[in-house]
Amino acid sequence: MPANSFNNFTEYGIGIGLRVPHYRHILSQKPVVDWFEIISENFMVDGGRPLEVLDSILEQYRVVQHGVAMYFGSADRLSREHLKKLKRLVKRTKTPWLSDHLCWGSVDGRYTHDLLPMPYTFAAAKATADNIREARDFLEVPICVENVSSYAEFHASEMTEWEFLSEVVERADCGILLDVNNIYVSSQNHNFDPYDYLNNVPPDRVGQIHIAGHSKFEKYILDTHDHPVLDPVWKMYAHAVKLVGRTATLLEWDDSIPTFDEVHNEALKANQFVEKLENAPA
Amino acid sequence: MKRSKPISSSKSLKTPRLDVRSRAELKALQSLMATAVFRPLTAQDGMQPRWIDGGKTSDLASTFIKPNDRLTSFDRLEIYNRVYWFRVLDCLYDDYPGLRAILGERKFMKLITAYLAKYPSASFTLRNLGSRLETFLRDEPRWVAPRPELALDMIRFEWAQVVAFDDGARPAITPDDILDARPEKLRLGLQPYLSLLELNYEVDEFLVAVKKSESAVLRSEASNTFEAMPHASGPEKRIRLPKRKRIHLAVHRHDNMLYYKRLDPEGFVILTALREGASVEDACLRGLSSTKRIGIDWSEEIKDYFNNWASLGWFCRFSKK
Ligand SMILES: [Fe+2]
Repeated sequence: MPANSFNNFTEYGIGIGLRVPHYRHILSQKPVVDWFEIISENFMVDGGRPLEVLDSILEQYRVVQHGVAMYFGSADRLSREHLKKLKRLVKRTKTPWLSDHLCWGSVDGRYTHDLLPMPYTFAAAKATADNIREARDFLEVPICVENVSSYAEFHASEMTEWEFLSEVVERADCGILLDVNNIYVSSQNHNFDPYDYLNNVPPDRVGQIHIAGHSKFEKYILDTHDHPVLDPVWKMYAHAVKLVGRTATLLEWDDSIPTFDEVHNEALKANQFVEKLENAPA
Repeated sequence: MKRSKPISSSKSLKTPRLDVRSRAELKALQSLMATAVFRPLTAQDGMQPRWIDGGKTSDLASTFIKPNDRLTSFDRLEIYNRVYWFRVLDCLYDDYPGLRAILGERKFMKLITAYLAKYPSASFTLRNLGSRLETFLRDEPRWVAPRPELALDMIRFEWAQVVAFDDGARPAITPDDILDARPEKLRLGLQPYLSLLELNYEVDEFLVAVKKSESAVLRSEASNTFEAMPHASGPEKRIRLPKRKRIHLAVHRHDNMLYYKRLDPEGFVILTALREGASVEDACLRGLSSTKRIGIDWSEEIKDYFNNWASLGWFCRFSKK
């Protein structure tokens, strides 16, 4: 049952990212998985094996698109060519919603292939929201924007990150993909309380949650997606679910990828928090 | 939300701080940061201490990035600078194992660093990162001295594989489709994923040997992850470089598997002519006039060529583009 207009897919359950090392296992063993998240850009190609694999997956699984290169926060307008390619893929996957990041990553047609942090200002929020609206109108699919992990803050910022996220999604009237690992990573890098973040984003706009592992370095934490989810992140996840209710959740594991079963079992741990919540006395 | 008072204010006139109160100012900030991110790293994999104008990069960084209790503005900007370079170098490292084997690791890293400094990524996907490598090396062959020809052959061959992997396919034409067509009028298109290469070295056999000696290289996926700077693992095993020999290659895919196929010189001329828009008859005439081989039944040979190419699905409807 939809929780609200931005969380229409509460029954989606726990998904995992579709990654190349698991293709063979998935296609031959056909494991039961609630849904797969694909990186849109990996399938925005004209033909060949990527699309063949995708079509086989689509025959048996629900797929949700997650992008890494729309760059809603870039000061430049979104590329029409990019949107057209993305729309072709949206039609193919029939993704029920689509996500990308609250970040920038390109200037004047040069691409950093990174999710760069935004200055948290009203002007930046407006520019970003305008881009999100344009994308949604063109793609005709609901959009959730994801908070990124960051390693730098700007002097220009006029508000906190969660205020900025709220400002953007209210202006764009879109959903949130809440990445609790990213919140944790940023809270450590920028000395804030991650629960202040969780408690202050509009819960009714959260349409999806990301969980992931990260790496600790001497002076900062890096969002590496190459570990199991760490305890503080699971605790935050439990808190987030308390605030937003049952929400489609996805485990990201992008590097040093272990076996399919290992990734899937790690993801399914999320269920215990949802069940705990639902079995708790009202 | 109520507009709160900006946190940033120019504390000193020496280091004015960048505000972002409009889309134009957002653009200025992003252009500045992108310029910093795209600048090559030092030999120690750090951010360059001097900015473009000769001033300190740390002064520049402090105009827009806040320090914290552990890291300076410079340190924080450097994280992004490093992540960018590790990611793009890692990508080309994986995509060009043949070129890497020809040049050796050190020279290869120098070359791709210089390339990316001149041609930063111009595409949303890392798949296209090497698309201008050939242009770069035609302009600056010194990066691949003393083997510019061999390196160029390998680059063209490795790029053709990127194309063959995921470029578009159009509906294939079968011999039955064109049974009644007149060869002097008939034009055939070739699949977009098919590349035709005339090369001076046997790079195909060399690459097979290189790949055999390396573990299978998987195309890495786009994702928000940090990757370590690629470095040589242990002493390099040098494979004997290919001999000079004129070869003709078709790089293509079949059932979504990648293949390279040697072509007769005449077959290469015919296919190239077809791609340029020549009629089937003209293409065959060009093929025949190029031949140095004697004692061959060319009508049989050409029939075999076309049957083979059609069975591989290489032909599609001709379009002018
Ligand atoms: Fe995420």
